[in-house]
Amino acid sequence: MKDSFDLAWVDYAVIFSYFAFVLGIGWVLRRHMKDAEAFLEAGRSMSSWVAGIAFISTSLGALEIMGMIGCGAKYGMLTYHFYWIGAIPAMVFLGVFMMPFYYGSKARSVPEYLKLRYDEKTRGLNAILFSIMTILMSGISMYAIAILAEQLLGWNFYVALVLSAAVVLSYTYLGGLSSAIHNEVLQFFVVIAGLLPLVVLTMKEAGGWKGLKVHLAPIVSTLPGKAYASDTWVTTWRHTDQAAANPMGIEWYGIILGLGFVLSFGYWCTDFLVIQRALAAKSSLAARNTPLIAAIPKMLIPLLIVPGVAAMWLMHTPSAGFSIMENGRPNYDLTIIMLMKHYLPSGLLGLGLTALLASFMSGMAGNISAFNTVWTYDIYQAYIRPITNKSQAPANYLRVARLATVFGVTASIGTACIAAQFRNVTDFMQTIFSMVNAPLFAVIFLGMFWKRATGHGAFTGLLSGLSVAILHHGLTEPAGSSTLFKGGWIHVTRVYPVELAQNFWSAVFACLTSATVAVCVSLVTQRQKPDQELVGVVYQLTPKDQLEDVVWYQRPATLALIVMAMVTTLSVLFW
Amino acid sequence: MIDIRFAIGLFFTITGGLLAFYGLTTMSRAELYHKSLDINVNIWAGCLMGVFGLLMMGLTRRGREGK
Repeated sequence: MKDSFDLAWVDYAVIFSYFAFVLGIGWVLRRHMKDAEAFLEAGRSMSSWVAGIAFISTSLGALEIMGMIGCGAKYGMLTYHFYWIGAIPAMVFLGVFMMPFYYGSKARSVPEYLKLRYDEKTRGLNAILFSIMTILMSGISMYAIAILAEQLLGWNFYVALVLSAAVVLSYTYLGGLSSAIHNEVLQFFVVIAGLLPLVVLTMKEAGGWKGLKVHLAPIVSTLPGKAYASDTWVTTWRHTDQAAANPMGIEWYGIILGLGFVLSFGYWCTDFLVIQRALAAKSSLAARNTPLIAAIPKMLIPLLIVPGVAAMWLMHTPSAGFSIMENGRPNYDLTIIMLMKHYLPSGLLGLGLTALLASFMSGMAGNISAFNTVWTYDIYQAYIRPITNKSQAPANYLRVARLATVFGVTASIGTACIAAQFRNVTDFMQTIFSMVNAPLFAVIFLGMFWKRATGHGAFTGLLSGLSVAILHHGLTEPAGSSTLFKGGWIHVTRVYPVELAQNFWSAVFACLTSATVAVCVSLVTQRQKPDQELVGVVYQLTPKDQLEDVVWYQRPATLALIVMAMVTTLSVLFW
Repeated sequence: MIDIRFAIGLFFTITGGLLAFYGLTTMSRAELYHKSLDINVNIWAGCLMGVFGLLMMGLTRRGREGK
């Protein structure tokens, strides 16, 4: 894809006014950054809706937007499973059951929760793995933004890299987590505004949803090499009785277990990147409501996937003149960009590009603000220089946190350069993250709801879960794999139809192993923490939230029921 | 702190205005809007964004008076 966009002055004006706002928000907030608490935890002052929008916005980053529209073309509406059976139940579970302990334990990060619940080694392991992951992730976002600027705007790759790093560094350095969160809220609305015109235009061209179904039927049932039932792309559950009957290559129980349970709970309930947004809420109730309020826009985001589904029709209609081919193979990551090129005139094109840039930057900023917190509290304060002089601590840690921000951005530039050298690394890293998160969910879940779980159990559980995931990756590979990054580097014992299926089962095995080992080891080891240390940390020892005075629509249980009713209705409507 | 509703409102009002203005000045250029199915999407999107922006700024004001 060498042909770049022709941008008019208005496109640049939209892009630059967005950058001005982003930097302006950081500038306004800089005065409030008096200590590490304000910088790293946003002073625990956010309302549910601000925290809630930031909660989904931070995971609406670089790879997600391109990935989700690309998946729309590749898998059709089966992509909705990532939301309706994946994210939503996990977010509800987090808000109703887990958040009271994250917030109530007064932990400032997920690793710190592990320290309060288990012990130092479990925290250390998680803090180090998490720090590495966030740097890698923000580096990938940075790489994506630079490659976009290079290919679409004709900029130099390294100039774009340094420029995007400088913008993110400025507003996170100035305003810390508050700045990242407020920008994520702005970014959320910009992404919606930028992508919605594509939904309207593709729907209009296709003659509405009904029209799109009619157009897709003959294409899907005569796909070269592999034909599906004619409504496969426009339904969610109907063709999941057999793995071979749908393009995702997974059966319904694989979807429920792998995507709905292990991967989603592993991400939404344990990843500090998103949890940090809820911890910034102003009260325990606001923190619990954060993921529940976030669930409502989250379940409507799949609407933005519709242009991806329509792209499937366009790319098989020669007269449309639409293609995502690159070197003779479809590159689904290009779907969103090619749709913009196809439909958006100058003006809206600038807005669309702004939406993409915004999502990349929020992915980066989110990771950086999570990294500097874990670095400051769980690595620097815990191992490098613990508090000795209480009065100097706040100012000292603010400096450390700001330096960590600079370091995080610099290290991300390094990662971005590595990603530019080895393109396969991006997919590989995503695989790694699911390996780390799945065992972590098992360990945190046991910690919250089973007071007998011990530190030794948690630590061995995490390690064995991770090892099993790595082993599984070494022993299996997705069909058509040509590189060892995709697996099979020990010996290929099983070939999965698609990479997604391989990831699912990796996560399932990792989570189960981790849980089993953690339970067994816990039963044969002594508990080190007495009951009184675990108040607020473990379910059985924590008094219930008093919710009698709260209006019904602000109670987590009511919100959870509303969310689940909505998502069930949507699933039935698009069965 | 900062009221993010105001920042969002202001951004949408400015950007919406910009798009609507560009849409008005390019009304005669049919070839520009050929790809967007011959609809002047800039005017539409600009107006909708402007309305949304003003609404958000209105919310900010009501929030302040409420306090």
